[in-house]
Amino acid sequence: MDSTPPITLLWLQAASCGGCTMSALGAEPAPLVEALAQAGIRLLWHPSFSEESGEQARDILEQCRSGALTLDLLCVEGAVLRGPSGSGRFQILSGTGRPMAWWVSELAARAGHVVAVGSCAAFGAMPSANPLTEAVGLQYGGDELGGLLGESWEGRGGVPVVNVAGCAPHPGWLLETLLALAQGVLRPTDLDSLGRPRFWANHLAHHGCARNEYYEFKASAARPSHLGCLMENLGCKATQAPGDCNMRVWNGSSGACTNAGFTCIGCTMPGFEEPGAAYLETPKLAGIPVGLPVDMPKAWFVALSALSKSATPDRVRRNSREDRVVVAPRRRQP
Amino acid sequence: MSRLVIGPFNRVEGDLEVTLEAADGRVASAQVTAPLFRGFEQILIGRAPLDALVIAPRICGICSISQSVAAARALGQALGVTPPPNGALVADLLLAVENAADHLTHFALFFMPDFARSDYAGRPWHAEAARRFAATAGQSAREAMAARARLLHVVGLLAGKWPHSLTLQPGGVAKSVDLGERVRLGQIVADFRRYLERNLFGGSLESLTALDSFVALEQWGERHGDSDLALFLRLSRDLSLDSQGRGVGRFLSYGGITGRAGLWCDGRVAPLDLAGLREDVSHGWMQGGALHPAQGQTRPDADKPMAYSWSKAPRLDGLSCEVGALARQAVSGHPLIADVLACGGWQGSVHDRVVARLLELAQLVIAMEGMIAALSGEGAYCREHGVPGRAEGAGLTEAARGALGHWLRIEDGVIAGYQIVAPTTWNFSPRDADGNPGPLEQALEGTLLEPGASPPLMVQHIVRSFDPCMSCTVH
Repeated sequence: MDSTPPITLLWLQAASCGGCTMSALGAEPAPLVEALAQAGIRLLWHPSFSEESGEQARDILEQCRSGALTLDLLCVEGAVLRGPSGSGRFQILSGTGRPMAWWVSELAARAGHVVAVGSCAAFGAMPSANPLTEAVGLQYGGDELGGLLGESWEGRGGVPVVNVAGCAPHPGWLLETLLALAQGVLRPTDLDSLGRPRFWANHLAHHGCARNEYYEFKASAARPSHLGCLMENLGCKATQAPGDCNMRVWNGSSGACTNAGFTCIGCTMPGFEEPGAAYLETPKLAGIPVGLPVDMPKAWFVALSALSKSATPDRVRRNSREDRVVVAPRRRQP
Repeated sequence: MSRLVIGPFNRVEGDLEVTLEAADGRVASAQVTAPLFRGFEQILIGRAPLDALVIAPRICGICSISQSVAAARALGQALGVTPPPNGALVADLLLAVENAADHLTHFALFFMPDFARSDYAGRPWHAEAARRFAATAGQSAREAMAARARLLHVVGLLAGKWPHSLTLQPGGVAKSVDLGERVRLGQIVADFRRYLERNLFGGSLESLTALDSFVALEQWGERHGDSDLALFLRLSRDLSLDSQGRGVGRFLSYGGITGRAGLWCDGRVAPLDLAGLREDVSHGWMQGGALHPAQGQTRPDADKPMAYSWSKAPRLDGLSCEVGALARQAVSGHPLIADVLACGGWQGSVHDRVVARLLELAQLVIAMEGMIAALSGEGAYCREHGVPGRAEGAGLTEAARGALGHWLRIEDGVIAGYQIVAPTTWNFSPRDADGNPGPLEQALEGTLLEPGASPPLMVQHIVRSFDPCMSCTVH
């Protein structure tokens, strides 16, 4: 008989839209709750699907805080609001009279691991675009270490806050992170410089983009619905944004932002809420995009772009400005 | 007089606290508190107009597409562009899928688990409710979540992911749909229809939508006794849910996929005129007076006396209104809902809200099938447009939970004003300047507080029957 006690998980929603939970509920093939149970993870409480409400829920939170219940995994979804004026009153955990910021600090102190679910919990993200809220992530405020818990915070397991960034993150990013933590196989070296699991953050959203041929030839879309590359004109940040978004699909068999015709806004990166320019236009300097592929020298980019534009096949050029393929690939007659 | 504070009030979307004053074993008065403020309306100020397409859906992770639709429509009106037929069809299809997924999530994950509680052990339906809907363990809930995940493949295909897509644009959608994709869409929706007909309803969607009276619905439940719906009808009868949580009796709809716009009162539908719409802030932690959202402001004030919520209180011609599936069905005049409402004194109830949602779930799937059939390989999916330096627009739609409106003002090429009136802002609004309660506050008054379970079970049923989305409420 297996006598290993289950790994416990508590989930809190700080200043969130609930979308990370909604995304996670789309996990396939096994539904989220079943997948957790199969991995030996016992859900202590989740605001969206646990039975306990009101004082029954408060009792669970209190027991975690006192240590009466062992808290192995603490998932926090949403930014932590410290406003107005440091009071945290922009989010009171209902029924408790205490700010959510207080609850997150108290419970994190008891947790084996803390997982920031989504970019809000990781970096502050959208709520931090309103300075009144004084919103931060759990261990980062934007790209600066610190956040609510402080730069040196780590859980009982010796791992800092694990940032499953994304708006919303892929259900696989979250489940695989939770299962790796439950199995004790996720080490600090498995995280990148911003605390994101490298198994997905080692890639760029650009990897596997189905518009790759248009990218290679710099055959660019001019407006939404065009098939061409979205980087030159429409603000796409996929060559800068960490994520295996185009390598694993979303919601079925072909889901991805770029597949659905729109630009990557870099939602796994700190600061995506305030890019400093309109989301859907590429800021340019002397006709050259300001945001170049993440580690590409500018001179090379300019040179290669000019070369590839001059070599663009007519088919690729024409299709890039249409909403469906008008010229099919065809072998050149010998 | 005793006071009961209920929170965290879970299995609702977002943060909710309900405070009850009790006298003689009943609710004497209720206060509904939205305890979270994020300030999206302030975030939008000064941004490029099309940035609203990124920011607005992030208000809510469960109504994300609805927020996108409202933002795209408000921008479309300001920019003077409308989607071509294909683009409008895809937008409607996405909205229909989100609303259907949300209705199913509400029923299986949020509402029904309360009947599996041990407090109801001994009721003739309890063992079945526990087997099907016990929180995190019920068989029906598990099947519902799997079916929901498969239905959301429509969103993956058309919108990249769910939640938070950018495919919905003022001029249409950013992706055209090819022949193979149209066939796949048909397969996904056919799979969802099979789930509904086998599990949730136990009969054909058409036989459900053809029902025309309370009695016919009861008989339908008896004929399809093994379905999740039949279980609900049995326990609803036993607990008299048709007499619980009586609403304000004024139903407002902006007209969605399944119906028309209007204001329903006492069995009659009046045309909708939003000139008299005001957002009252007398009991919200907000500065300012009652304004139409086109002129509205959002200025938080955490120290305001007498205030008890971050929610504003929308009122139409000074009166509160209930919004949601029941409101849509009432305004559209579906015979089943008209009869159900008539049986309950024209006010609506816990039973009525749940029935209206499930009826609409069936209607939505039939509508999706029609939309997919109408999609064409010919014609545009998106129109071109410019962005003027100065313009105004309003975008109205129906989210799963009811009427959703965005009011936008562009000045000097950037957003100068953005106000959102969300469904649960209507339903869970605090009191107004005249002291009139919001719809939920009114629906809770008079509720019998049975000894034992805490929080009181009937209070939980009533609150959840509205399917609140607090994330939208306190944008």
